[in-house]
Amino acid sequence: MTVKPESWIGASVERIEDPPLVTGRGRFAGDMSFPHQLHMRMVRSPCAHGFIKQIDATAARALPGVAAVWTAADIADLPPIDFREGPVAKLAPFRQPVLARDRVRYVGEPVAAVFAADPYLAEDAAELVTLDIDEIDPIVDASAPPGEFAPGFTTEPTVCRQGYGDVAAAFEDAAAVVELDLSVGRHSGVPLETRGAIGRYDAARDVLELHGAAKVPHRNRECLATMLNRSTAGLHLYEGHVGGGFGIRGEIYPEDVLVLVAALRLGRPVKWLEDRREHLMAANHSRQQRHRIRAAVDAHGRLLGLDDEFFHDQGGYIRTHGARVPDMFCGILPGPYRLPHYRANGHFRLTNKTPAATYRAPGRYEANFVRERLMDAIARRLGLSRVEVRRRNLIGAHEMPYERPLTALGDEVVYDSGDYAGMLDKALARVGWDALERDVAQRRSVGEYVGLGLAVFVDKSGLGPTDGARVAVHTSGDVEVITGGASVGQGFETVMAQVCAETLGVDYRRVRVVHGRTDRIEYGIGAHAARATVMTANATAIAAANVRTKALDMAAQLMQAEPASLTIAKGSVVRSDGVGPSVSLGEIAHHLRPSSSTRGTRDPGLAADGWFTTAHMTYPYGVQIAVAAIDPGTGAVRIEKMLLAFDIGRAINPMLVRGQLLGGFAQGLGGALLEEFQYDERGQPVSVTFADYLVPTASDIPAVDVLLTEDAPSTCNPLGIKGAGEAGVAAVGAVIASAVDDALGGHGEITRLPITPQYLKAIIDARS
Amino acid sequence: MTERRAITLSINGTQYNVTVEPRRTLVDVIRDDCGQTGTHIGCEHGVCGACTVLIDGEPVRACLMFAVQADGRSIRTVEGLQQGDKLHPLQQAFMRHHALQCGFCTPGFLMLAVGALEKRPDLDDEELVDLLSANLCRCTGYENIIKAVRAAAADMKA
Repeated sequence: MTVKPESWIGASVERIEDPPLVTGRGRFAGDMSFPHQLHMRMVRSPCAHGFIKQIDATAARALPGVAAVWTAADIADLPPIDFREGPVAKLAPFRQPVLARDRVRYVGEPVAAVFAADPYLAEDAAELVTLDIDEIDPIVDASAPPGEFAPGFTTEPTVCRQGYGDVAAAFEDAAAVVELDLSVGRHSGVPLETRGAIGRYDAARDVLELHGAAKVPHRNRECLATMLNRSTAGLHLYEGHVGGGFGIRGEIYPEDVLVLVAALRLGRPVKWLEDRREHLMAANHSRQQRHRIRAAVDAHGRLLGLDDEFFHDQGGYIRTHGARVPDMFCGILPGPYRLPHYRANGHFRLTNKTPAATYRAPGRYEANFVRERLMDAIARRLGLSRVEVRRRNLIGAHEMPYERPLTALGDEVVYDSGDYAGMLDKALARVGWDALERDVAQRRSVGEYVGLGLAVFVDKSGLGPTDGARVAVHTSGDVEVITGGASVGQGFETVMAQVCAETLGVDYRRVRVVHGRTDRIEYGIGAHAARATVMTANATAIAAANVRTKALDMAAQLMQAEPASLTIAKGSVVRSDGVGPSVSLGEIAHHLRPSSSTRGTRDPGLAADGWFTTAHMTYPYGVQIAVAAIDPGTGAVRIEKMLLAFDIGRAINPMLVRGQLLGGFAQGLGGALLEEFQYDERGQPVSVTFADYLVPTASDIPAVDVLLTEDAPSTCNPLGIKGAGEAGVAAVGAVIASAVDDALGGHGEITRLPITPQYLKAIIDARS
Repeated sequence: MTERRAITLSINGTQYNVTVEPRRTLVDVIRDDCGQTGTHIGCEHGVCGACTVLIDGEPVRACLMFAVQADGRSIRTVEGLQQGDKLHPLQQAFMRHHALQCGFCTPGFLMLAVGALEKRPDLDDEELVDLLSANLCRCTGYENIIKAVRAAAADMKA
């Protein structure tokens, strides 16, 4: 795009990130190397559960080129990896040690680390490390009664409880009670780039560096500094290109800690790259839950009460998120519906699988599946249409802001704005719901397995409370936006540049955006919980507005005019009436240099900070509709039609929002139909290659219609933005389950995700 | 495994004389020994296609081949697509159609598509989807990749 659009905000301009990425000049973790670096290779537990009797590294240490082999004894001074949001005493005994101490708790758990001059050699040496482990029975079912984690601790560290009202009374008064047993499989983000980390100690500056950081570099720096007993001033994190985040990349894992400690103690940079098999058994998993849920409804299908008893399969340890995923689930389960009485008890259970944490739309993918399955079941029980039962329960636009006595991520749940019924109408009209419904019914009557599915959802985004940015205009006229945000591929730089460009009156291509570097800005919220655009863009707008004010003030003196009579266009200050001379922002920056004689008493530099604080999260919402057909011979599902209707509040770059929705949808479809980390009864993972853990390919993805609306700008921030990162994925499990169930005749037979061909074939075959 | 062999790889027209262990994969040698890090490693078992390069014009998974097997052969990688300041039509189309997000799979998709379109510029839509199903992308949901390749195919013919 070469012509300036009417407004940079709202324009689908090309990304400023793209040129290095399409020319092979990116800087992913594996692309970085430092002179004399060592390569780390992990030795991982082959057993799901057992006591370590002995680790023999003699042969590995003797291999020429091996610098060191460490076991837990070598790093006994390191504490376990802590929770990012601060200590939780109750959960502390369940944290993961950097290397397994006396017990292993999942296949893939790091038990030793090998450091060698060459990555092939490190792998050779790792194979020479012998482990003597006394295997004991693993726990693989989180809904079975808890076992013992360690003496004095069961495998249920806590139960997440939220709710309000009188649930028992609601069930007594109910005209009908609907009860379901639902399960969501174990999925994860599975970015195309596996994890990587490089630790480097620069003794000249006394700075320890972690390269390959992502997601939350600033918070991670604080946690790592505490673990390593270092000043945060002597520890910096650097985010290069990140090959996909999805919530799982950029957490603090054992390997991140090890490369830092090894860089300090071995005196050489230490590089670690995992292979795909390691990734699938060592990086965070997510999603796996089982729900026993009951709904009490009146005779008209209105919800009176909801009671959910669920089991969250956390895996071997509690990682950096603590119990936030099941707790958030409790806070957002009711979604877009009025609900007078509510109780959710989430049993947070440790098992002998890879530890779990967040994956894009954590808690919500599960919640939308569970709640929307329930709404379909209520419709079926009362003989109502699936649309009608939802319509009768939706929170009205006139009820906004809508407050619930629940919390999500520690924030009180207050839906800021939205017209859910209006969105439902738009979505139904867009697909021609009534005609579609007749069409699939007709096709089913002649023996086809085809169905129509619907899901309504509210998402959460923009977790605050506060983020800042600094905008600086250089004397060349180029602008730098320095943020503590993070870029995991979502287009962060472009979006920040657009917001800055619009506020400051420059071309967005003259704006450079700094992110993911703790040495450039003191604080930052990073990129998670769909917050980057909401929080950092609003902070950027405020900083840019402050720069604008300073630029106009300086220009007014130079142009002998009133600041109010001036504006900025194409990077120059001009008179609003378009007459007379102009002064470029670069020239103004020149006049504001410390040594400038024209600067007067103004602070030097054409730069300013901006801080943005929000009271609450903001809640985008949407409707998804799908038509699914099952091949009864194979059990395979084909999506014939797909609508993603979504209200974003305000889109900075609609092309990028659409990209987020489409990409999220594909991941959601994977979780609905293909993806699952399976374990055998001994706790052995059987999905450790891309041949077993099936990620969607181009031929799995249907044509998708996106209806992007801006009907309900957020009332929580001046730009009106809501988050786009997670809405594409959040309701896909729900809508696909609804459509496939309808294809089977709408009897409520679909009670788990993923809906694999085997699962469907068994249902269909049982009929004949 | 320490016995090394001297080989010559021609990458984008430049000759690289390297001495490598026979067990080293082609992708590791392209990246680490020849410094061409645009070719990425996503799975090391031939499924994801992030490491796709062209060898004598054919798309190949560089993680499934040993470097010694490519001795003397002509290899093209993403770094060779751009001619001077001018981006290849596929690179331009990927940018215009937002066919990348994190960009990690992009070099593999570009080389896969270049290899196919140079031989068969008239791939129909179904063939195109079949072709692109060879590689994995976790960000885009593929629609924009398909659009971009279709658009570039038209540009390359023009």
